[in-house]
Amino acid sequence: MENRIPLLEVKNLKKHFITGVLKNRKVLTAVDGIDFVIYKGETFGLVGESGCGKTTIGRTIIRLYNPTDGEILIDGIDIAKMSEKELKPYRKKMQMIFQDPYASLNSRMTVTDIIAEGIDTHHLLEGDAKQERIYELLEKVGLKREHASRYPHEFSGGQRQRIGIARSLAVNPELIICDEPISALDVSIQAQVVNMLEDLQDEFQLTYLFIAHDLSMVRHISDRIGVMYLGKMMEITTADELYENALHPYTKSLLSAIPIPDPKSSIRDRRVILKGDVGSPINPKPGCRFASRCRYAKSNCFEVTPELREIKEGHFASCHYIEEINGI
Amino acid sequence: MAKILEVKNLRTTFFTHLGEVQAVRGISFDLEEGDILGIVGESGSGKSVTSLSIMGLVDEPGRIVEGEVLFEGLDLTKLDQKEMSNYRGNEISMIFQDPMTSINPAFTVGNQLREVIMTHTGMNKEQAHQRALELLTMVGIPEPETRIKNHPYQFSGGMRQRALISMAIACNPKLLIADEPTTALDVTIQAQILELMRDLKTKINTSIILITHDLGVISEICNKVIVMYGGMIMEKADIISLFDNPQHPYTRGLMLSVPRNVTGKKARLIPIEGSPPDLMAPPSGCPFSPRCQHAMEICLKKAAPLFKISDTQEASCWLHHPDAPEVKGFVKVAGEK
Repeated sequence: MENRIPLLEVKNLKKHFITGVLKNRKVLTAVDGIDFVIYKGETFGLVGESGCGKTTIGRTIIRLYNPTDGEILIDGIDIAKMSEKELKPYRKKMQMIFQDPYASLNSRMTVTDIIAEGIDTHHLLEGDAKQERIYELLEKVGLKREHASRYPHEFSGGQRQRIGIARSLAVNPELIICDEPISALDVSIQAQVVNMLEDLQDEFQLTYLFIAHDLSMVRHISDRIGVMYLGKMMEITTADELYENALHPYTKSLLSAIPIPDPKSSIRDRRVILKGDVGSPINPKPGCRFASRCRYAKSNCFEVTPELREIKEGHFASCHYIEEINGI
Repeated sequence: MAKILEVKNLRTTFFTHLGEVQAVRGISFDLEEGDILGIVGESGSGKSVTSLSIMGLVDEPGRIVEGEVLFEGLDLTKLDQKEMSNYRGNEISMIFQDPMTSINPAFTVGNQLREVIMTHTGMNKEQAHQRALELLTMVGIPEPETRIKNHPYQFSGGMRQRALISMAIACNPKLLIADEPTTALDVTIQAQILELMRDLKTKINTSIILITHDLGVISEICNKVIVMYGGMIMEKADIISLFDNPQHPYTRGLMLSVPRNVTGKKARLIPIEGSPPDLMAPPSGCPFSPRCQHAMEICLKKAAPLFKISDTQEASCWLHHPDAPEVKGFVKVAGEK
């Protein structure tokens, strides 16, 4: 992994939502100071349980949400505070594939109109050239030319997701944010879509931010993975390193909870089942977010928020006692 | 082991204004006391309709058109709603996928739990309250005295599922049907709930049918598995045989399409091409034949019977017929079941 060029750098990104009014006003810290880098051509997986802020990160990077604080650098240029007008050329570089293939396609638009929207907005192509481009995109995602004039309701879930992917490719983006792109699909269809995403990545040198909660699929598709918990990054490292040598207690218990499709597996006996539930991101207390469920937690963990530190080369974790726990 | 449930040639069809949707197309299976039977399948495979048919909960325009559901020898499909309600909740109960929509948001958890207990056991309010506390403790809800007064919105997803399970086991049912009980939950919570179900099985000695799309979940807690596709049973086996030596091309396809994740070089996923059948107009032969790489002429015309591979494994595929061509890994057997 030499000569890696960063495509996206996220620095101290925060996204807070205000809920309630007057004296019930509360701050929901969905994303609370996150740093990570995505290099050109790689797939960066972002995992975590519901409510950890992984979707919010994706939506903030693409500026569907305005960040509360922090920087989002695309090729070294900060887009976090840009106006909509300044942002337009950068929107072309980043596209998004959504989780729900039913909600993310306008049911009153034909497939052509759906895919053409980005091309029109950015004035890329017109007339026959545009139509030809749409046919080409449809074929790239495994659909047919004749599908172009149909409406979304005529397609199955897997086919709709393909339309969503064709739409994201239409403006020749560099970065595609895939927000749980396969979780709504059947198991036998998931593999089709994952293989296609891999092929498209090779063909168009795409960079992916792959957000998911299916840990085995994330390992399969990602080069590096970040693990989030309640708005904070707990651990970042390469996919294999994460699954073989996880350092953070949260990552360890998360990995240990994956059901294994092998009835004879011995992992089951060594499993650590995490007690309790994910806490609330509303007005969080200081200290490590995971402390209340962590079996190694000491008083310090409830007072001081640990920083994300590089423990080994390319392996980051945020825990005060990571060395002690892992015997490093 | 005594058979607690026998499903014989069950056929459930929905008569919609667009046409007949044949959701379950003639399936048969048994459940023995103490079994945890997994039914695995994708959306539209008929797994949920199978469970609703057993519970007598198939709504209009759906109807069980053929077959029997024998619970301890008694055919439940012949009972009227009133008779059936003596079984539902008492002897057979069900846990649904989404803990938020299957619980009433307007009443406290205690209120709903007491109602279940009082309806089915004839206990008075005070006794029911004690029993409710006992149940909440059993399913691992901390501080049950406080929690019993909470409304469902004050519970997290995992806790709601625990509360629902406590309602389902309130009358020590002999059979518990869990329809995707962990699909809406996070993996760490899923592990807790599966642990709880395993634990309850021994505590209250109930048999369980677990419906899921996740082979991982199946292998965690089931001892027997049925693989469904297009409303039919593709394979039935004990858990070890199924994972060691799947004997239906669909079962194999499912197993190959999930990542195997070996460190180092990434193996490409092997998907099942095509998409699931339209149940409005199901293929005339084997429902999997349009997507099957081994499909033969007969597969398109006639669905295969269940061939008996061993004492613990049956598969519905013509490849097991003595006259079928040799395909690596598929066992041929002399006769049909």
